[in-house]
Amino acid sequence: MAAKSDLPQGTLDLLILKVAALGPVHGYAIAQRLQQVSRDVVQVPQGSLYPALHRLEYRGLLAADWKETETGREAKFYRLTRKGKAQLETEAASWQRLTEAVGLILKMSEGGVE
Amino acid sequence: MSWWQRLWQRRHLEEQLEREMRFHLDQHTADLAARGLEPEEARRQARLALGGPEQVKEECRDARGTRWLEDLAQDVRYGVRALRQRPGFAAVALSTLALGIGATTVMFTVVHSVLLKPLQYPQPDQLITLHEETKKPTEYGNRWAFAYPNFLDCRNQSRSLALLAAWRIGGGTVSAPGQAEYVDGFEVSSELFSVLGATFLTGRAFVPEEDRPGAAPVAVISHRLWQHHFGGSLGAVGMPLVFDGRTYTVVGVASDGLRLWGDAADIFTPIGQDTGPFMQNRKAHAGINVLARLRPGGTLAAEQAQLAVIGRRLAAQYPESNEDRSFIAESLRPDVGDVRNTLWLLLGAVSLVLLIACANVASLLLARAVSRERELALRVALGAGRGRLVRQGLTESGVLGLLGGALGVLLAAIGIRPFVAFWPGSLPRAEEVSLDGQVLLFAMAASLVSGLLFGLAPALRAPVHQLEQALRAGARTVGGSARRLHGAFVVSEIALAVVLLVSAGMLGRTLLRLSSLDPGVNVRNVLVTRVALSPATLANNSRIRAAWQEVLDRARGVPGVQSIAMVDTVPMREGINELGFWTAPALPAAGQMPLALATSVTPDYLNAMGLPLREGRFFDEQDRLGSELVVVIDEVMAQHAFGGREAVGKRLWIPAMAPGPVRVVGVVGHVRHWGLAGDDQAQVRDQVYYPFAQLPDSLLRRWSELMSVAVRTSVAPFGVVEPLRREVRGAAGDQVLYQVRTMEQLASASLGRQRFLLLLFGIFAGLALLLACIGIYGVLAYLNSRRVPEIGVRMALGATAPDVIRLVLRQSLGLTLAGISAGGVGAFGAGRLLERLVTGVRAAEPSTYAVMILVLAVAALCASYLPARRASRIDPMKALRQE
Repeated sequence: MAAKSDLPQGTLDLLILKVAALGPVHGYAIAQRLQQVSRDVVQVPQGSLYPALHRLEYRGLLAADWKETETGREAKFYRLTRKGKAQLETEAASWQRLTEAVGLILKMSEGGVE
Repeated sequence: MSWWQRLWQRRHLEEQLEREMRFHLDQHTADLAARGLEPEEARRQARLALGGPEQVKEECRDARGTRWLEDLAQDVRYGVRALRQRPGFAAVALSTLALGIGATTVMFTVVHSVLLKPLQYPQPDQLITLHEETKKPTEYGNRWAFAYPNFLDCRNQSRSLALLAAWRIGGGTVSAPGQAEYVDGFEVSSELFSVLGATFLTGRAFVPEEDRPGAAPVAVISHRLWQHHFGGSLGAVGMPLVFDGRTYTVVGVASDGLRLWGDAADIFTPIGQDTGPFMQNRKAHAGINVLARLRPGGTLAAEQAQLAVIGRRLAAQYPESNEDRSFIAESLRPDVGDVRNTLWLLLGAVSLVLLIACANVASLLLARAVSRERELALRVALGAGRGRLVRQGLTESGVLGLLGGALGVLLAAIGIRPFVAFWPGSLPRAEEVSLDGQVLLFAMAASLVSGLLFGLAPALRAPVHQLEQALRAGARTVGGSARRLHGAFVVSEIALAVVLLVSAGMLGRTLLRLSSLDPGVNVRNVLVTRVALSPATLANNSRIRAAWQEVLDRARGVPGVQSIAMVDTVPMREGINELGFWTAPALPAAGQMPLALATSVTPDYLNAMGLPLREGRFFDEQDRLGSELVVVIDEVMAQHAFGGREAVGKRLWIPAMAPGPVRVVGVVGHVRHWGLAGDDQAQVRDQVYYPFAQLPDSLLRRWSELMSVAVRTSVAPFGVVEPLRREVRGAAGDQVLYQVRTMEQLASASLGRQRFLLLLFGIFAGLALLLACIGIYGVLAYLNSRRVPEIGVRMALGATAPDVIRLVLRQSLGLTLAGISAGGVGAFGAGRLLERLVTGVRAAEPSTYAVMILVLAVAALCASYLPARRASRIDPMKALRQE
């Protein structure tokens, strides 16, 4: 297994919003999904997942309901609110810009001064 | 969900959090088990992955944003528990604070009600007052009461902007129904009740048709008069009432508490029905007051502009009376006279007491904080942030402050009425003094600020650095900074106490000096009372003179009466008549003439008041209308007018008294007319007496409404009041005495303010002294208890008990001296303030400082002797073993 790197500051919220955008989902499933999607490269400490979820809920970016899972147990399902959706879009766009900018800088230093 | 909802549903949220965590763990365990792990192992790994459910929960709770409130609640609970654990400390701290905050709240309540609160009329900001103003000032200034015709013109011509109302003080005898009595009254225009927004218990206000000459006499009466003369019957409206000999019909009963300029009255009559000789005169008139309410949309500036236009118009129309005369308007302010200074002075003094109380509690708390150092260090070691500890410390002192404040408000609520009742003379707006929401707000703010003041220093001592040292040293030694802080508290307490002590000393000396002054009259056994003649006799002048003669003659027959005289303005009571005088027939311009207090008396006044006759003679029965006009002057005026040369036989020109000269026939001693305290500073001190018998007929009626009689008695003065009352009642039974006083009362009342201030400053100073002593005692006892090992070593090395006592006393003496020198500077400033604000106070003599400082130093040494002696009895063996 490759060495796992820490999640950059602020990206956990973005990832959670992205996952929740696909449909109502409970905390454990979000953890699983993040783990799978990031192919075990990104370490998502499960402990910081829940505080992040609650913070997003209180900020009104996520809404939560108690529903039954397939296995018939009650779980807290999070879904994206309208406000959350807008937030996801702006954050995703700015993330995009940031990674492009960082990529450019890295390429530049590889190729030296042109 | 808002944060308070989150707070409210805390239990519900906790439950959900618990279920969510459990679901997560169960699910993860199940997944791991499905991959073939043992159930035990699966659960363990799931827990590990989550990273400790309690920590996660704690972080989730932080995400709620209500953490600070929950912490606050916890700190408050902790603070209360800490107080309950140490009831001794709590009792001392709370009672100190309660006294400080209670006294401050009482003073603030009075300041707030008398000086700050708006007037108790509906929409007081719309109320304005109007005056006449002349371009050139005379010796009386350039502001004048209105002439009634000028009021009528202003009222009619500025109708669109403001509703104008007129009033003047009246008063007279109500002789039926019921027993005759003299009552205060107001003559008012019909608009006055609506301008003030007055309400009626029954009946109505005057209508404009009643506010005219020749209209049927109507009256509005007060609640008190209604109760006294009509038994509070609703049928009073429409009933007749005999007032000053005229029969009025009662049209309304005004609600209690209707006041003008702070004065209440029992009867209101329409001013327009007053046909007195001066009412229609624009030049020489008695003067009326004008009050107005701005209409919606009307502004003060617009009204002022309008009045200026009216003023110019009237000046053109009546140049003889109105030239250079304009009208001005200003917002209505409560008239509180010189009470303002007294109140601010007392609030300042009481704040010093509160500061001392704060310093005291601060040093108590500091002592506790130092002994809790190890506990705090332990908490820092366990991860508590410094901010958190400071917050907790402040919360604790805030709790202390608020509890003390609540007790203080309780004290204030109990004390405010007696305090107001105790005020010398009458406190303006006294009936409005009450603890209201704003006062409570003030008390709460004062408590919290006090809490912050005394809590900050101890709270900031929360340790962060040198934890290990703190933990190891624990509560054994006192670091230099703590000792310095303790010292600072003691020094500031002593400094504040010095300020209050020296102020009280200055006031005490002032009162002693003033009480020993000669009032100029012999105040023992003199009764002064106003007499209202029977209204029927006021109809013509010869009957008035006869009626007064009869009053004097009959009164002389009352057992116990030695001599009796009439006087228009009694010394040391309100009422003055200042007249310009000159020693040559060529009079200087208006405003240039010196003024003298003119008093009209009958011949026996010299004996009744016990005036010392310096030269010449006093009046006798030969001084009457038609004989040469004579006056007697006092020695101050004799010096002033004639420069010490023979005054008797000289002539004076007093234009307001007579067109020609008057002859000086005698010189008497100076009377402290302005009161024992005020006379030296008064602007007009010259006094001139003239015989009542020579009063011109034109003034006789007006003067007869003002006259008092002064009675020298051979028995206790109040003993002759009832026989006198019966004797002078007159044939119709409607001649009454009112405002009955003794000269001793008046002389003592003239020092009322000084006596009152001395009493309060004395109380404050005593309190300050006590608190400062408690402070010194507490701090020294505490510091010594921390120095036990050191003292033990000293004693083991040969120090004797007196050495140790000297050591401790030297320490306390150092603090005391530092406090005294700081306080001396403050006391000097406070003294200057007292000199300016309190009549009769002179710069403090060094002896005042010396005595007060000595008192303080001795008290401080006594307070430190106890801890010193205890320190000297330390057993060195035990002390060293403690180490």
